[in-house]
Amino acid sequence: MKLKDIPQEEFIVNSLSCAGCGEALAVRLALKVLGKRTVAIVPAGCMSTVNCYWPQIPFRVPMFVSPFAATGAILQGVSAGFHYRGVRDINVLAIAGDGGTADIGMASFSQAIISGRKFLYLCVDNEAYMNTGGQWSSTTPTGAVTTTTPFPDLTPWFIRKDLLNIAIAHRIPYAATASPAYPLDFMEKVKKAAEMDGPSFIHVLTPCPPGWGFPSEKTIEIGRLAVESGMWSLNEFQNGKLSFTYLPKKKRPIADYLQSQRRFRRIKPEVITRLQEMVNARRQVTEP
Amino acid sequence: MSEKKFLTGNSAVAHAVKLAKVGVIAVYPITPQTPIAEKLAEFVGSGELKAEYIRVESEHSALAACLGAAMADVRSFTATSSHGLAYMHEMLTYASGGRFPLVLAIANRSIGPPWSIWGEQQDSIQQRDTGCIQLYVETAQEALDTTIQAFKIAENPSVLTPVMVCLDGFHLSHAEERVEIPDPSDVERFLTPFNTSATLNPDKPMTLAVGASGEQYTTWRSEQHQGIRQAESVIAEVDEEFGKIFGRQYGGLTDTYQCDDADLIIVIMGSFSGAARDAVDNLRRRGIKAGMLRLRAFRPFPNQTVRHYLGGTQRLVVIDRDVSYGNEGVLCSEIRGALYGLKHYPAIINFIAGLGGADLIVGEIEAVADEAMRVTNAEERRIIFQFLEKK
Amino acid sequence: MASKKVKSVGPHWVAGNTPINVGSYTRVKPKVDLSQCTGCLLCFVFCPDGAISFHGDKKPVVDFNLCKSCGICVHECPKKAIEMSTVESNE
Repeated sequence: MKLKDIPQEEFIVNSLSCAGCGEALAVRLALKVLGKRTVAIVPAGCMSTVNCYWPQIPFRVPMFVSPFAATGAILQGVSAGFHYRGVRDINVLAIAGDGGTADIGMASFSQAIISGRKFLYLCVDNEAYMNTGGQWSSTTPTGAVTTTTPFPDLTPWFIRKDLLNIAIAHRIPYAATASPAYPLDFMEKVKKAAEMDGPSFIHVLTPCPPGWGFPSEKTIEIGRLAVESGMWSLNEFQNGKLSFTYLPKKKRPIADYLQSQRRFRRIKPEVITRLQEMVNARRQVTEP
Repeated sequence: MSEKKFLTGNSAVAHAVKLAKVGVIAVYPITPQTPIAEKLAEFVGSGELKAEYIRVESEHSALAACLGAAMADVRSFTATSSHGLAYMHEMLTYASGGRFPLVLAIANRSIGPPWSIWGEQQDSIQQRDTGCIQLYVETAQEALDTTIQAFKIAENPSVLTPVMVCLDGFHLSHAEERVEIPDPSDVERFLTPFNTSATLNPDKPMTLAVGASGEQYTTWRSEQHQGIRQAESVIAEVDEEFGKIFGRQYGGLTDTYQCDDADLIIVIMGSFSGAARDAVDNLRRRGIKAGMLRLRAFRPFPNQTVRHYLGGTQRLVVIDRDVSYGNEGVLCSEIRGALYGLKHYPAIINFIAGLGGADLIVGEIEAVADEAMRVTNAEERRIIFQFLEKK
Repeated sequence: MASKKVKSVGPHWVAGNTPINVGSYTRVKPKVDLSQCTGCLLCFVFCPDGAISFHGDKKPVVDFNLCKSCGICVHECPKKAIEMSTVESNE
């Protein structure tokens, strides 16, 4: 795919998302790949709340605001219903946040991805419950200030919950991590996932200007920095193999990433070394 | 051709689901509903019922999956009891608020602690405010027939509200009776193809379950209330139409026995009404003009019908297999509300019985009825807990 | 955009009905120096709100009704061909 191949048509217009919203960009690009014949299941979170308050209805494809814990179950029901009717040409897409996937949504997510039913589960991860003002979630990186972790201690054994490996443990046919800062990589993954005849999962790190504490014009820059510093990686799991779809040529020190966002303002300098070690260790697990 | 078989209440419900040609079944096992899940798995696995069977990880997800299927324009079904129904609570409110015509069966059971797998009506009664229609059945035959009727009621264009078919755990869910299973082609004629309003359709894109406030919110809530109120007449019409095609009907909203000239009426829901009928016969033999009113519909609450049958009587024994802790039995409170404003308000004894699966003996009902005959003060709020008062 | 009521029952509404133009809340909008623009498409790709479009002539057009003035296009343009400037009205 090349940039010029990206269709002009917009499937989400006049959304009430914040200026510079990483999730809005990820959803916009994913819908461009999937097209008109897509139905979106969107649980409580930023992407439903900013897109569902009557009379402002920005989604131009059918959308359902799902109860928070139920996304995976709704997916199974919709997918089964279409299958029962012999409908094969509609993409079934979930757009769930980190809370709706890793925390309250974990049980139904887990059951859905072993079901064998056809859908794409897109987790847009802004690393906290941003919709309600920025409370900690299990994908909040250790050391980040949130409204429920105002003075965070570093948890030495864990950066954040690893949804990619959780999905892999379920033997999902296709899973990937992505970033809207690498749009072609992301969109190619969406296309591949949509073509799978079964469940697929894409975990996108979506920077959040008000929640992470950076100016709204830097969303893409922060997204790039996340990958270059090793805090995020662009992986793909298919046919039982985990691989990289992109490796940054230069590696930026973790300090650069931490200093770019206000949410890491309470990490003491001596702790940054420890965090760098944790990121390096994680690289050793995922990198070839 | 219809056929006659010995079926439990659970089995009868499963047969009804098969006859209704449900397309998606999502169910999580819990005593005493489990045989419904198993029977349906057999029907689907053997090919007798062409449907998608979803094995969910919780009851909350079970109703969510059914809701998903409805949005994909397919008839769905689930069943649960007790703790499972409690877990499903959010989804019941979601389904009724979103006007999704789902049908579910409840094998009524106590919610612990104290832990009990046995029958009680607390589980469904405490969901009464979720906006779902609730129908309580007396026999396995009624369980089968009412489950079929439930799809027609739920999917009625002026109703579009979820329907719960409630059958007493173990006493009805597990006890066998001779049941007539209707002819599939008769059922196909009786039930039109699945009808719902809110679907995920790329040819008619909508956002479903939007947020709202102020006037728009109140408008939608008022419409929701009208929808379930409309069910009062629809429940009666569907029962009558069922009677014409299949030869059996259940009185619509209520089922009465000897109420016309009764001085004392026993009010009850569910299968223990059999014992109540026997008590009425015994009391009559002793010279007490007793009658029985069984509520088939609990939601919408048939206020007018209740006033019609109970308005002229002197005394009531309202039997509750539930308690609204801190007040009284829920059926009793609702009956009181329905009779508000009557010039001659009957004396009421609330008999809390059948909790945790306890049997209700005919003699016990008679004893409470005798007690009711001795009440002189209609304003007294008398509650008798089974086993605890020596009569 | 006029609101269209579709005949349906319950709290659901027709897709794409957006009476509020989100761009109406800000008064600075991106101005593209077309002489510097190479038509690389990055501004179009990175705009979270889809406010930038290309109509086949490799030059970006910004819809002020949709633009929230986040500044991503200004920040990401490889040629620094976009800058924010105050506008009188959204057109």
